[in-house]
Amino acid sequence: MDIRGPMAALVTCLLPMVASAQTVGPSGQAMAQACYVCHGPDGKSVGPIAPLVGLPKDHIVRQMAEFKTDRRPGTIMNRIAKGYTDEQIVAIADFIATLK
Amino acid sequence: MTTTRRSLLKTVGAAAGLGVIGMPALAQGAAGRVVVIGAGFGGATTARYLKRLNAALDVTLVERDDRFITCPFSNYVVAGFRKIEDITHGFDGLTKAGVKVVKGEATAVDTTGRLVTLRDGTKLSYDKLVVAPGIELNYAGVPGYSEAASEKMPHAWKAGPQTLLLRRQLEAMPDGGTFILCAPGNPFRCPPGPYERVSVVAWYLKNNKPKSKILVLDAKDAFSKQGLFQAAWESEFPGMITWISGKDGGKVESVDPTSMTVKSGFGNETGAVINVIPPQRAGAIAQTAGLVAENGWCPVDPTTFASAKAQNVYIVGDASIAGAMPKSGSSANVQGKVVAAAIVAILAGKAADGPALLNICYSLVTPDYGISTTDVYQVNADKVIVTTPNSGGVSVKTPTALNERKLEAEYTVNWYKSITADTWG
Repeated sequence: MDIRGPMAALVTCLLPMVASAQTVGPSGQAMAQACYVCHGPDGKSVGPIAPLVGLPKDHIVRQMAEFKTDRRPGTIMNRIAKGYTDEQIVAIADFIATLK
Repeated sequence: MTTTRRSLLKTVGAAAGLGVIGMPALAQGAAGRVVVIGAGFGGATTARYLKRLNAALDVTLVERDDRFITCPFSNYVVAGFRKIEDITHGFDGLTKAGVKVVKGEATAVDTTGRLVTLRDGTKLSYDKLVVAPGIELNYAGVPGYSEAASEKMPHAWKAGPQTLLLRRQLEAMPDGGTFILCAPGNPFRCPPGPYERVSVVAWYLKNNKPKSKILVLDAKDAFSKQGLFQAAWESEFPGMITWISGKDGGKVESVDPTSMTVKSGFGNETGAVINVIPPQRAGAIAQTAGLVAENGWCPVDPTTFASAKAQNVYIVGDASIAGAMPKSGSSANVQGKVVAAAIVAILAGKAADGPALLNICYSLVTPDYGISTTDVYQVNADKVIVTTPNSGGVSVKTPTALNERKLEAEYTVNWYKSITADTWG
């Protein structure tokens, strides 16, 4: 059977039901706050680990994408960036860009 | 009593102002009374983030000491390149954040009446309780070992006087002596900790008492960052450290503090300094309050860290059973934020978001040689915390021009500054 036929419609309408049966994923704020373990409270790192406060959203998204695909070398961020979807990275960056 | 229109407007104005000045959206959440037991990485983070996320909450933190000495970096006190003051944190930052810090020891919890009793008789009622008691050492888990024996054979697995005792013993140890470390089976606090400890002890001995040897008698057949540690031992202190796995007889059968010997399948070994790290379980109050499973640790709902044993109770840090997450300061800090967000949401009548779970464990082999392990986690369909596929893991096996070992040593120090500022303010 062609998956693009009625089956595709069934899959499409099932997906939201499956999603709603589970808790929603972590918010950008929640994921960003986990970064503070190394990058400091509110992204204010004191030392060689890069501060996050003041970074524009697009910059964060680009750096995380480069770490994730190993285009940018790093010690630990390559391993961490691979743990997030592209959508999650955008959500993290959205929140970090609001830090003051 | 009447409220004048002017004062009402003032109140509304102030509340609206708060909302605008960058307080998180959750700041308008419902008020409630939260009691947190324990001011370590887990408890202190939870308390601070509860106030950050909802300033209207009444947050009381119960802690029996007036400061917290961290296990992270305590190995460097043992090795002599940090002082105990460097790893001691007061609670002014918590008070400044609006947390009421109560000095006392929680001795009982009535989870039906939602009441915590302290040793001095004080009773604290709560809407939500956070239990973050860390670990209790199971001295009886090593025959011959006891709290009294730990004065001769320190565990140094709770930082403080035991850390300083082990340091003094190491300083008094003759050149050519043997330092024996007895490592426990899983699970236990800080999986890389015993191996970091022998690394930095080896660094100290190499520079001060180079004829000395280190013997690790292990209940396990494998350990955290094993490949990285063993390669570093070979390159930095060739021939100094011998590790005996459980299957090779490393599991300790008994210890004798009088003759300073350790009996294992490997034989009877006499040490100049013997560091016994016994098996562990959730901190005493978790046991007393009936929050533990048969294995001595606290089962939780992995999305909120709500206790599986009692309503309105949350477990943070080492005491919890957190699936793939290790018992570490980083885990406890991150879990504290998950619990704070969950409590704020639930008190406001909303569902908690999914948890953002992450762990990072840096270890130093020498002050200039750092390695790490990290993972990002998710909750699977069976409600178990698992590592996110194709992510995380340990430092590169072979350093590149980036000079990873040196960089990670610098990041280790920075991590400590960041996480302690995030936890205690």
